[in-house]
Amino acid sequence: MKAKIIITPKKAVLDPQGKTVQTALEHMGYSGVTGVHIGKYIEIDLAPGTDKAAAHKALNEAAHKLLSNPVIEDYKLEIE
Amino acid sequence: MNFSVLQFPASNCDQDAVHAVRLLGHSARLVWHKDASLGDTDAVIVPGGFSYGDYLRCGAIARFSPVMQAVKQFADNGGLVLGICNGFQVLTEAGLLPGALIRNRDLQFHCENVFLKTATNDSPFTSRIPAEKILRVPIAHGEGCYFADTETLAKLKANHQILWQYCDQGGNLTDAANPNGAVQNIAGICNEKRNVAGLMPHPERACESLLGSDDGKWIFESIFAALKNKTVAAAA
Repeated sequence: MKAKIIITPKKAVLDPQGKTVQTALEHMGYSGVTGVHIGKYIEIDLAPGTDKAAAHKALNEAAHKLLSNPVIEDYKLEIE
Repeated sequence: MNFSVLQFPASNCDQDAVHAVRLLGHSARLVWHKDASLGDTDAVIVPGGFSYGDYLRCGAIARFSPVMQAVKQFADNGGLVLGICNGFQVLTEAGLLPGALIRNRDLQFHCENVFLKTATNDSPFTSRIPAEKILRVPIAHGEGCYFADTETLAKLKANHQILWQYCDQGGNLTDAANPNGAVQNIAGICNEKRNVAGLMPHPERACESLLGSDDGKWIFESIFAALKNKTVAAAA
């Protein structure tokens, strides 16, 4: 069982990495790119047979407390 | 006065903080992050460095170290806590200070001297800084850009929680004088209760003119004065 968490910077937060990559893409000749935002992807392996609902609850808490900083980041959690 | 200087794995400005406090005439000792108690402490310094390798986010893991429970308790009871650089990051991650520190806007690590304007003398960390004095202090960080949303910023301004701002030699808050893109050139702030403060620059590296500047001592002198007043008040 795997939990997949995607962490992205909030829109209001400056994303100089994103801007830099956008410029690089433009220099490489890719047109039509109007924005680049760089985030994080975390995969958490869960023991087989883990209760999905309980895991969801626990990981939401973990995502809120540790895995992301709610002041500057949003996250999406999926368990499969 | 006894200062406790925390030590996390990969803190690297802890010794400098201890040295600065001792140089200025007070006691300081290192407290390992696994210690659940601070012992006999008058003030806490959370020092600079790359605690936990800056893994995940700067200070994100250090904030869960056992010693931070004691620091939170100490702060809740009104104790003075100063976070320097990574220490500032740890305090924001721990929720003891509002906002967050993110990557410098030019993506470069900045290791240089900056000028700081003291925004208010009304705090235990700035009370002794001579009025109008521009402090020259070094910075050394890659993620020192202070961010807070509009609502938080408004509160910080209303409560005079902004303590130091990057400025030019003349004290002007220009964009050129801002090394990392911090909103409103914010270099350091305090909490609502004014007993917890954090700043990105390193005052502990500016306490001896031999090292280029002794302007940092004013911040420590402010803390010493506040502690002295506390003792006097407690004895009364």
